[in-house]
Amino acid sequence: MLIQVLFHVFAAILVLSALGVISARNPVYSALALVMCFVTSAAIWLLIEAEFLAVVLVLVYVGAVMVLFLFVVMMLDINIAELRRGFTRFVWLGWLTALAVIVEITGVVWVRGGLGLDTSRGPTPEPQDYTNTLALGSALYTRYAYPLELAAMLLLVAIVAAISLTMRRRAGLKYQDISRQVAVRPEDRLRIVKMEAEKGP
Amino acid sequence: MISLAQLLTLSAVVFSLAVAGIFLNRKNVILLLMCVELLLLAANFNFIAFSRYLNDINGQVFVFFVLTVAAAESAIGLAILVVLFRERRSINVEDLNTLKG
Repeated sequence: MLIQVLFHVFAAILVLSALGVISARNPVYSALALVMCFVTSAAIWLLIEAEFLAVVLVLVYVGAVMVLFLFVVMMLDINIAELRRGFTRFVWLGWLTALAVIVEITGVVWVRGGLGLDTSRGPTPEPQDYTNTLALGSALYTRYAYPLELAAMLLLVAIVAAISLTMRRRAGLKYQDISRQVAVRPEDRLRIVKMEAEKGP
Repeated sequence: MISLAQLLTLSAVVFSLAVAGIFLNRKNVILLLMCVELLLLAANFNFIAFSRYLNDINGQVFVFFVLTVAAAESAIGLAILVVLFRERRSINVEDLNTLKG
């Protein structure tokens, strides 16, 4: 009963903040509403006993990805009025598509036997000594060890790509070139001048 | 007890709101990226709901990989956005017509 109440509260906050994401005037408010979406989703995932992914969602998304989003939104000097021009032109199409998606999916879900499953049943509660992290980790490091390595490689490639895309060399900036410093020879820096000794008066 | 139907309906609502957001904010690249994140979140909801309902951990492993790929995607997307803004001083999708014949 308590879980039902909590689920409905979090679901309402999630839907309202999703509405906020798509309709806020300022992209900063959109990003903050998206943070709220992720936090409430993590809470709902906790309610259905997927603890590890709930924690990962908060750590990775709220802690890293959304901070990146906010950073970019605040760094760029965007003309919001220009981007909002024609905002209402395709609103009817957007809501029509949204309504069609909702009607189709709920039709499949709520009609009994639509999925070939008893959808009114909830997930079976896990036993007392069950650890979600342990179960996920033992699947991830045995059967999915190779995909895990691929995911790590993908993240490395993403880091390299993001850094190489955004790095720029400004002209006239004084920076150290270590290889040139190391490769320098005495002849390049020092000039020995041979000259006659001065004679005293 | 939260039933499977409730979870699937919630994810359908979030998904369709994100689709509507793509229609509404079709000029702003940052908001398009945010809507894609919302779409992925709704998809993850379905994966976790079915994984818990069918008592199969593989669905949650898949969510783990989706989160990884989505993080990489948004990092590269935002990097491209920053470079684009440096070049054009704008992030309007309508200004991106260099490849138009």
